[in-house]
Amino acid sequence: MTVTAGWYMTLAAVLFGIGAVGILVRRNAVVMFMCIELMLNAVNLTFIAAGQELRDLTGQLAVFFVLVVAAAEVVVGLAIIVAVFRNSETASVDEFNELKG
Amino acid sequence: MTMSEFFIRNIWLIILLPAIGAVVLHFVGRRIGEPIAGWVASSMIGLSFLIGLIAAIPLFQGTAEAHVVHVFDWIPALGASAELLWDPLSALMVLVVSGVGALIHIYSIGYMHGDERFTRFFVYLNLFATSMLTLVLANNFGVLFVGWELVGLCSYLLISFWYVRPSAAAAGKKAFIVNRIGDFGFLIGLMIIFSTFGTLSYTTVLNDPGKLLGAGAATAVGLLLLVGATGKSAQLPLYVWLPDAMEGPTPVSALIHAATMVTAGVFMIARTSSIYALSDTASVVVATIGALTAFYAATIAMAQTDIKRILAYSTISQLGYMFLGVGSAAYVAGVFHLMTHAFFKALLFLGAGAVIHGMADEQDIMKMGGLWSKMKTTGITMAVATLAISGIPPFAGFWSKDEILASTFGRGGWWVVLWAIGLITAGLTAFYMTRWFVLTFLGEPRWDDGVHPHEAPKVMTVPLMVLAALATVGGLINTPFRAGLEHFLEPSFEHLTSGPSGATVWLLAAISVVVALIGIVVAWRLYSRRDAAEEAWTAGLPSLWRRMGHAYYVDDVYGTLVVAPGKLLAAWSAFVLDKKVIDGAVIGVGTVVRRIGAALRPLQNGFVRSYALSIAAGVVGLVIWFLATGGL
Amino acid sequence: MTELVLFYLFGSLAIVGALSVVLAKNPVRSAMGLILTMLSLAVFYVVQSAYFVAAVQVIVYAGAVMTLFLFVIMLIGVDRSEDLKEHIPWQRPLMFVLGFVVLGGVVAVIVGNEWSWVTGISNLAEAPVGSAEAIGEGLFTNWVLPFEATSLLLIVAAVGAIALAYFPAKRKERE
Repeated sequence: MTVTAGWYMTLAAVLFGIGAVGILVRRNAVVMFMCIELMLNAVNLTFIAAGQELRDLTGQLAVFFVLVVAAAEVVVGLAIIVAVFRNSETASVDEFNELKG
Repeated sequence: MTMSEFFIRNIWLIILLPAIGAVVLHFVGRRIGEPIAGWVASSMIGLSFLIGLIAAIPLFQGTAEAHVVHVFDWIPALGASAELLWDPLSALMVLVVSGVGALIHIYSIGYMHGDERFTRFFVYLNLFATSMLTLVLANNFGVLFVGWELVGLCSYLLISFWYVRPSAAAAGKKAFIVNRIGDFGFLIGLMIIFSTFGTLSYTTVLNDPGKLLGAGAATAVGLLLLVGATGKSAQLPLYVWLPDAMEGPTPVSALIHAATMVTAGVFMIARTSSIYALSDTASVVVATIGALTAFYAATIAMAQTDIKRILAYSTISQLGYMFLGVGSAAYVAGVFHLMTHAFFKALLFLGAGAVIHGMADEQDIMKMGGLWSKMKTTGITMAVATLAISGIPPFAGFWSKDEILASTFGRGGWWVVLWAIGLITAGLTAFYMTRWFVLTFLGEPRWDDGVHPHEAPKVMTVPLMVLAALATVGGLINTPFRAGLEHFLEPSFEHLTSGPSGATVWLLAAISVVVALIGIVVAWRLYSRRDAAEEAWTAGLPSLWRRMGHAYYVDDVYGTLVVAPGKLLAAWSAFVLDKKVIDGAVIGVGTVVRRIGAALRPLQNGFVRSYALSIAAGVVGLVIWFLATGGL
Repeated sequence: MTELVLFYLFGSLAIVGALSVVLAKNPVRSAMGLILTMLSLAVFYVVQSAYFVAAVQVIVYAGAVMTLFLFVIMLIGVDRSEDLKEHIPWQRPLMFVLGFVVLGGVVAVIVGNEWSWVTGISNLAEAPVGSAEAIGEGLFTNWVLPFEATSLLLIVAAVGAIALAYFPAKRKERE
């Protein structure tokens, strides 16, 4: 059996699923954010695998950009989390439900 | 062109002048004040009369044919444009309406003196003149109907002129509503006409309608138009509004409810004579209703004590004669009686008005008597009128009434029965009119203390004298010696039946004169006595007399059968249908929206994670869909 | 052969790391798990000749970004406990359902050998090598616009972070 691109994509799908479930289940803001990063990584793996499969360098370039954007997003997101949770006791996002209908 | 031709071409001036009068008086009437406002209104309608006279000269000479004057396009789809027809029939009606109308306008200047809505009264009077003239000059059923409804409106406005009195307001409403019931039948008849001919114009519909209109349809149309006519002309069963209409000022009763508006039904049947000629059934029904109404109303008139109510029922009765005339295809006779009736009935009402005016608004004849010496002019003119309506030659009523009776008799069979009814009614007419005259003017005075009867001012008595003159000689235009009117109206009626001639006519005339004389003499004997007011002779049949006095309680019957259910329906519509159903539906929409909103609101619970869940669910759904349908 | 072994080994490590991100109570453990996953993925990138990207992944992602995460965890996340009870109705059940659906999809692909669902058409040209030169060549010619845009994005992010930290939000006193 050779390892085809499909295998990597399956792995990426599993990782993505784990990340998605993580967001839905965990309440700690930082951990939720890490699950998002997990999902992004899974997507990166998909890109690379697809790029190999389709013999195109664009896959790796896409990963590059995803990486950059993810980094920027982490910066801002963590700044927000710090700002919001600075003065609260728990790090739970369920605290902030004042925008309910 | 000659003056006549000019006025024929612009025959719409007849309608326009009173309209201008109404508008002008509406806006500046208050400033003009009485009596000038009254003279303005009277001159307007007087001018209409003059124009009509000049325009009719060619018709008098027998040289002109019918003219159609197109004023403007109105509803082309219905074949109804603003078109006026000038032919002998419309000319006659215009002259009667504007002539008698002008006299009544002048009379009103005196009668309404001191009333705070003096100018408004003349606005309405001129408006009425406009409407009635529109009605008679129409060349299609559309314009006719416009005039028809407008006169109904004016009738309502004028009956409830003193609207502060609840009885007056109610009478106005009653008149309008009962009219509307008649209009329902009228409209259905017009719809049949339109669906048969595709147009409402007289030129198409009334010239040989037999081509398109079968006998059955003609009967239907005839009967439906009759329904409208019974409403407007107060015949059985829609006459109930006319006695109550006496709540209006007396000039109104004279003009609208004696001389002009109520004749609109007769006019309409005469105008559509070519349709009635196609259906014997409809004509018989018209005549029968006329005869029965004449008799019925006469019996009621015998037992009334209000000076105007007697005349009101008398009007209903005489209108019955006109219907009898046009129903028996004696159209000339019917229209002739319309004309003479206008003279003597207007005269009677104006005289009654003079009496009321002189008796400080007393209207009960049981409280009158002995007025002859106090109100000579009025008394004399009333005597003339009484003789005229009773059908005593050579006064006007004799010639017209007798022509109707003769034509009816001449058709034989069922028509002889109708003739007999008409004959008996003539006797009753003479009876109750003599009663009316004697109780009011003769005998011992029975009035209350503090009442000082006096003669009316000149502005009121002069029209009386003019009308009395007309009632005397007016009949001579159409006698068996010289059938002037018949020749005049010939172009308008292709279906003149010639009544009996020669000896039969004179014999019938003699019989009716004898019957009338019997009526007069009996009434004279009964009511000249000292104790006339007790009407002791009725002691023989008290319940019948009571019923006659209360008009056979017909109003109460209608009230229970028609008005009460109507009121129930109205209450149901207002409180159930409108409040609960319609309002409920509208409010219900709002409630539904609110409930849906309230149901959906918990979806926004403020938790980020549940929003994330929604997103995830959406994504999964999309993915499944893509996989299932084979991808992007 | 090598690839197969590497796949199984580092694939399992990646999944272990991912599971610990989701399941660990201590946030630091979650961060460690994430680092493990990232490193495993870097291995995969190398296996697939994406050298430059692998290097960047380790340096930037596992290095800088995760360090940031650890800073923040230290600041606010370590000693705070998390309430285990789920308050939002339907959250857990629905999440399980969705999870199973996705998992089911994956399993279906594997078992049914339906790789065509996932891969697409296979081009038979040379496999690209993701060296620095190659990446640089693509980046500065075809993709220069996104490149500039992302640089702008980084500036904005930096400025935003400073702004957020410089003006602390005035929170009202909590009971």
